[in-house]
Amino acid sequence: MRHVISVLVQDHPRVLNRITGLFARRGFNLESLAVGTTHVPGLSRISLVVSGDDRTLEQVEKQLNRLIEVLKVTDHAEPHVERELALVKVHVAGVEERLAVKDIQEAFRARVVDVAQKSLILELTGDSKKIDSFIEALRPYGILEVMRTGAVAMSRGERTLKVREKREAV
Amino acid sequence: MKGAEALLKALEREGVEVIFGHPGGAIMPVYDALYDSGIRHILVRHEQGGVHAATAYARASGKVGVVMATSGPGALNLVTGLADAYMDSTPVVAITGNVPRSLIGTDAFQEADVTGVTMPITKHNYLVQEANDIPGVVREAFHIASSGRPGPVLIDLPKDVQLAEFTGTFDVELDLPGYKPTTRGHPKQIERALEALEKAERPILMVGGGAQHAHGELLAFAERTGIPVITTLMGLGAFPGNHPLWLGMPGMHGTVAANRAIHHADVILAIGLRFDDRVTGKVSRFAPHAHTIIHVDIDPAEIGKLVRTHIPIVGDARFVLREMLKGAKPLKLASWWRQLEEWRTRYPLRWKPRPHLQSQEVIKAFAEATGGHAIVTTGVGQHQMFAAQFFPVTRPRSFITSGGLGTMGVGLPFAIGAKVARPEELVIDFDGDGSFQMTLQELATLVKYKLDVKVVVLNNGYLGMVRQWQDLFHARRYSEVYLADSNPDFARLAEAYGIKGVRVERKEDLMKGVEAVLSTDGPVVAEFKVYHEEGVFPMIPAGGAAEDMILEHPAEREEVEA
Repeated sequence: MRHVISVLVQDHPRVLNRITGLFARRGFNLESLAVGTTHVPGLSRISLVVSGDDRTLEQVEKQLNRLIEVLKVTDHAEPHVERELALVKVHVAGVEERLAVKDIQEAFRARVVDVAQKSLILELTGDSKKIDSFIEALRPYGILEVMRTGAVAMSRGERTLKVREKREAV
Repeated sequence: MKGAEALLKALEREGVEVIFGHPGGAIMPVYDALYDSGIRHILVRHEQGGVHAATAYARASGKVGVVMATSGPGALNLVTGLADAYMDSTPVVAITGNVPRSLIGTDAFQEADVTGVTMPITKHNYLVQEANDIPGVVREAFHIASSGRPGPVLIDLPKDVQLAEFTGTFDVELDLPGYKPTTRGHPKQIERALEALEKAERPILMVGGGAQHAHGELLAFAERTGIPVITTLMGLGAFPGNHPLWLGMPGMHGTVAANRAIHHADVILAIGLRFDDRVTGKVSRFAPHAHTIIHVDIDPAEIGKLVRTHIPIVGDARFVLREMLKGAKPLKLASWWRQLEEWRTRYPLRWKPRPHLQSQEVIKAFAEATGGHAIVTTGVGQHQMFAAQFFPVTRPRSFITSGGLGTMGVGLPFAIGAKVARPEELVIDFDGDGSFQMTLQELATLVKYKLDVKVVVLNNGYLGMVRQWQDLFHARRYSEVYLADSNPDFARLAEAYGIKGVRVERKEDLMKGVEAVLSTDGPVVAEFKVYHEEGVFPMIPAGGAAEDMILEHPAEREEVEA
């Protein structure tokens, strides 16, 4: 089963190395990884997409928690918002194709972010399935390049991935 | 003050008394500062020897072991020892030099990405960027190494950081928001565990290396409840090996009583162990009758990792046992004990006597001559298993061996570390001819520091354990395991180092040899030429289960039974 996991980490050098290394050496299957800073200085947030059975996922969480720089790990089983950003460069041979691509763009509510004589760059955010369909819809026109960020996720409602300020280590 | 001096001061503040190490270009500022420091330094002949010695120092003393090396090759020579310490959860702090910051990443002379290389084999590691960070990093490193599930931590110090002016403070507070080990087991789970034990008909207590520091509580708990106790290789000594409640070691070369007890147990209380495959055999067939497995471990990631756990207790063995003691009652186990007693008397550890000198009798002779009162270290191989089987370890921290990684060559450096940690103790390294030759340059360290270590080389002229497997599972095709044609004369080798050498070749000279070793004041290397085709039994083949246990070599079975 596919799981989206959020990890709050101290943004020290090599912390991403530790996480990807952990996945490699424990044989966990990492599908995507997206990282960015948070509103708290010194803390970054990572979204991971992992697939595996319950036992594997339990180990993924436990092993992540073992890392000294990991503050919090959440497996988004609860209702959550999931988004991914994609940039797609598509070939447009002529006016006809350009219009057809524009239809697809509107249907998916994507944005055109670059226009050239023979190509367009489209930007789309949405959950991963939506982006999959978008790419499939554009495929007949000739996709030149695709860049996807991997999923990011956040719980709905009051739930947050917060940590208490200073905690005493035992 | 320079960064290098700040490092030594920070180490002193952590109570470090001794560092094992080997200097080199990128760590020279620290060695220069060491010249004026109160910290004792033990110069080893190879960094691997240093990290193993630091590991054994930690295991024997309960303190943090410290090793130091230069950049690149020096640091990389620590890799095996760090992995060994990591697998056996040993608190070690490794300090390595690195090239100056401006050269990092340029493939400079003696540069290696040591933090990258050691990431999977350390609990944590640091590349220090500023001299003022040194006290904080040292504090954290010692705290992380020694708390929770202990493990090795590496501090990599670029040379220019060692030389930079230190203007910071030593009074740093720990700030590790992501690190907060749970030491107190959950009271509700502890209560459930006690209930399960009370209802149990065939309970056992399995103890691993994580309970070495809880030996007092263990003894009290076992004696109060009357529960049979099994100790893993890493757990040897956590419970006295001469106690009537002790069934021995489980697993591949464990006792029949211990393995059958696990196989038939209905409730298993496992404390401070990680269900290594050498203990469980095939996991799906491990403890098939156990309806309740209680697992006490300080590392939550160990619980349920390999074996299904019904009552997980995350916490420190000592704390949890203390809590359990409050509610522990004597268990009614008379019929269970009748069964265990029968297995124990019917299948004691034994060996088939031969006209040749045999490893088992050598170890037994040392055990008897010392009354078991020694710190034993071992290399890895047949001799290690024989030592585990025939040297009864009665005190904690007294059997120091490489459990998880199975690192050949640890015996001598382990003995060095143990002797430095506990100089008043008799330290014996039972080694194999193969294992000993992996680190024997550390004999020089024995000489340099006049360390009274007794090295007992059980020389069978083979890589014995590999030979045994080839014998049993590869149709006796002895591929590349023969050493006797090229082994040195170990006694003369010792003498070349200025150490007393002893050689015993015949059965009738055994006691004379043992006496020669024990009566010598100072280090000894004693070579015992033992039977070349001995096997370690009982044995559960890799991937097998308790029922697959072989009691003796298949070819010799009839003779034994006759």
